[in-house]
Amino acid sequence: MIIDNHQKAFIEEATELLSELEQTLLDLEVNREDKDLIGKVFRALHTIKGSSGMFGFDEMAHFTHDIENVYDLIRNGELPVTKEIIDLTLAARDQLYIMLGHDKSNFPLNEKRTAEILDASKKIIEGYNNTVSMKQKTIIPEPKKAPESKCIPEQELKGIRTYSIHFKPSQNIFMAGSNPLLLLNELNELGKTSCTAHLDGIPDLAQMNPELCYFYWDIILTTGRGTDAINDVFIFLGDDSNLQIQENENLDATLINENLTGFEEILKVTANPAYSEDESHYDDEPVKSKTENKVDEIKSSSKKIKDNQEAHHEIDSATSLRVSTEKLDELVNLVSELVTIQARLVQIASQSDNSAIVAITEEVERITWALRDSALNIRMLPIGTTFSKFKRLVRDLSNELGKEVELTAEGAETELDKTVLEKLNDPLIHIIRNSIDHGIEDPDERERCNKTRLGTIKLSASQSGGNVLIKISDDGAGIDKDQVKAKAIANKLLPENTDATDSEIYSMLFVPGFSTAKKVTSVSGRGVGMDVVKRAIEALRGNVEIESTLKKGTTISLKLPLTLAIIDGLLVKIGEETFVIPLSSVEECIELMQSDIEKVNGRHIVNIRGDIVPYIDIRERFVIRGTVPQIRQVVIAGINGVRIGFMVDKVIGQHQTVLKTLGKAYKNVEGVSGATILGDGSVALILDIAKLADKESYEESLVISQAV
Amino acid sequence: MNKTILTVDDSSSIRQVVGFTLQEAGYTVVEACDGLEALKKINGSPLHMVVTDLNMPNLDGIGLIKKLRLDPIHKFIPIIMLTTESQNEKKMEGKAAGATGWIVKPFKPEQLLAVVKKVLG
Repeated sequence: MIIDNHQKAFIEEATELLSELEQTLLDLEVNREDKDLIGKVFRALHTIKGSSGMFGFDEMAHFTHDIENVYDLIRNGELPVTKEIIDLTLAARDQLYIMLGHDKSNFPLNEKRTAEILDASKKIIEGYNNTVSMKQKTIIPEPKKAPESKCIPEQELKGIRTYSIHFKPSQNIFMAGSNPLLLLNELNELGKTSCTAHLDGIPDLAQMNPELCYFYWDIILTTGRGTDAINDVFIFLGDDSNLQIQENENLDATLINENLTGFEEILKVTANPAYSEDESHYDDEPVKSKTENKVDEIKSSSKKIKDNQEAHHEIDSATSLRVSTEKLDELVNLVSELVTIQARLVQIASQSDNSAIVAITEEVERITWALRDSALNIRMLPIGTTFSKFKRLVRDLSNELGKEVELTAEGAETELDKTVLEKLNDPLIHIIRNSIDHGIEDPDERERCNKTRLGTIKLSASQSGGNVLIKISDDGAGIDKDQVKAKAIANKLLPENTDATDSEIYSMLFVPGFSTAKKVTSVSGRGVGMDVVKRAIEALRGNVEIESTLKKGTTISLKLPLTLAIIDGLLVKIGEETFVIPLSSVEECIELMQSDIEKVNGRHIVNIRGDIVPYIDIRERFVIRGTVPQIRQVVIAGINGVRIGFMVDKVIGQHQTVLKTLGKAYKNVEGVSGATILGDGSVALILDIAKLADKESYEESLVISQAV
Repeated sequence: MNKTILTVDDSSSIRQVVGFTLQEAGYTVVEACDGLEALKKINGSPLHMVVTDLNMPNLDGIGLIKKLRLDPIHKFIPIIMLTTESQNEKKMEGKAAGATGWIVKPFKPEQLLAVVKKVLG
């Protein structure tokens, strides 16, 4: 069915409307008098109601109806905006969201809640109705139902009957865009008709207004369709037109049509003899054509202007376009292929003596990079949409916990790749929840600490190079460093008498299960599920840092790459294999002689300017055979403030890498996050250094710190 | 020549359904998201019919109908408004402004076509 094809479009639109609605409601809560906002809420509800019924979401249409009514009253200035109403509407919005089919698996539609919301909104309307005296309410009868009531009882509708219809349209009927001739044609389709036109209303030519209708008709109709069908023909007829329908047992149009052949003859018999002879001249056709002539005239005169303006408007109308993500992904994929091929072209051209080829290659390179940039740019979305979602979260959570919290956002226009943005949602929610739950103190407690009762959570985003920096700061209680340290030592995560730096201490909060300790959570609270946050951010090739001052507040910084499709990598070689290490976390590269390794009895540690840094031998880890060179290199990377080395045979250099996933069969391979195709067509695996380090780093660093 | 119908609605999904249905039936369809855009898009060009929503930002359906009825070219074209059951007052207002008829949402594509055929012939 046609409707099904459009259902997807509706769901998309309604989802957007609902998030817009949420934002508007939150704004409305602050500016309760703002007419524009009220209008916007009403329109959103109205559109949802109107459209949902069309696409099979009857439940939604029914549900929205009463809430829309509340806003209709508000819009007319008859009800004030109250917190109760906003709460109710927000709750309703959530229900609608579920009805749309979102989160259905997680949150089955709570019918009790739906009923509660409906009851509450009905009560608001009832409360209003009771305060308004009945005479103020004008109940306008449904016009289409009005004629039905005076018709013949229903049981008589069956069977073929004959009706006489008197139809005298309002003189202004053309002004409403109606054409009485079409109505007569429609009647003709219902059954056998004989029609008499009355022309006695036509004035002298001098007084005639060609835009008015002077005719009226008497029609005899024999049909089995009943009066409803006849009324339907005239459904759009205004009250100023005169329509009478009577069932007439004495007349039968079928008989009339058999006895008298055709329209003219009927007219001769029934119409006023004074007009019957030359009625064809006064037929309403000339009237019509006159109007049309006039219209044509005006049309042609304005055509020139129109042509000019049309070209102009076409540019105006299409400023943005909605494209499915699949199409975009396809484009990015193709561009990635192109980038890869182009790299091969450069390599081959560099070996060629043909200067023309070299020149063209350079040109192709330039365009390829431009194309790549703009293709990736299409996927960029401002982070503001994500930020604004959190206003609601903060509002609900702080209400629930009895805290007063305000959310401010900065740098909402900062753009991030759509995929990154989507995956960022959950970690951010987690962090904000932590901030409200454990960071911001109760209002009373805050007063005691000489802080304002209203706590603040600040979200900020900014771009620096190929990264986006997102900071979530609160002015809450902060993290008690010593508590964390004590806990870490008790859990044997840090050695006693450790001289761990602040960031090393805070990084303990990311250790899975660390935070479950009651003592820490009750005092500083941080770390509930922070390991989940860390993992999510690392999956995006970003990293998390915590800074905190006791009693002043905590800032959590997320550093994320602008896009996931392309990374800057460091190309390294081990035996015949080439690997890529993401450059963003690489700090430096050092050389290591076989003799150096022997000095530390083969243990995997290096001394860098006095610091002891553990390293992982990739050759060993991936069991790569072949002769081990005498001089090897260690790439030192910083992962969450901890330095870890990765030993390789040789560092080749920097390489911009188009990330390709490995496909389903390899998705569980640890330590490899993807692959890329190099200029010569060979495949290089991209190392997931965080994962590689994860397994060994903590144990390793403990062993080393204890050894020192 | 195909008859041209302008459909005006702030809901893109409704526009899509109306547009799709009418195009399938062989009409040429012009879309606008509110009254103001509708006027811009018409801009003196000939139209055979308008299907408009009533509740829209910038210029609502009633306003659009009034404007069109003042325009000599569009004085007599059929204008159908999309209403909901709860909008009786609006319907009367629209009728007074010069709307030819109305379709109550939710409607099926067949209903839309029936009404278009009814007023357009």
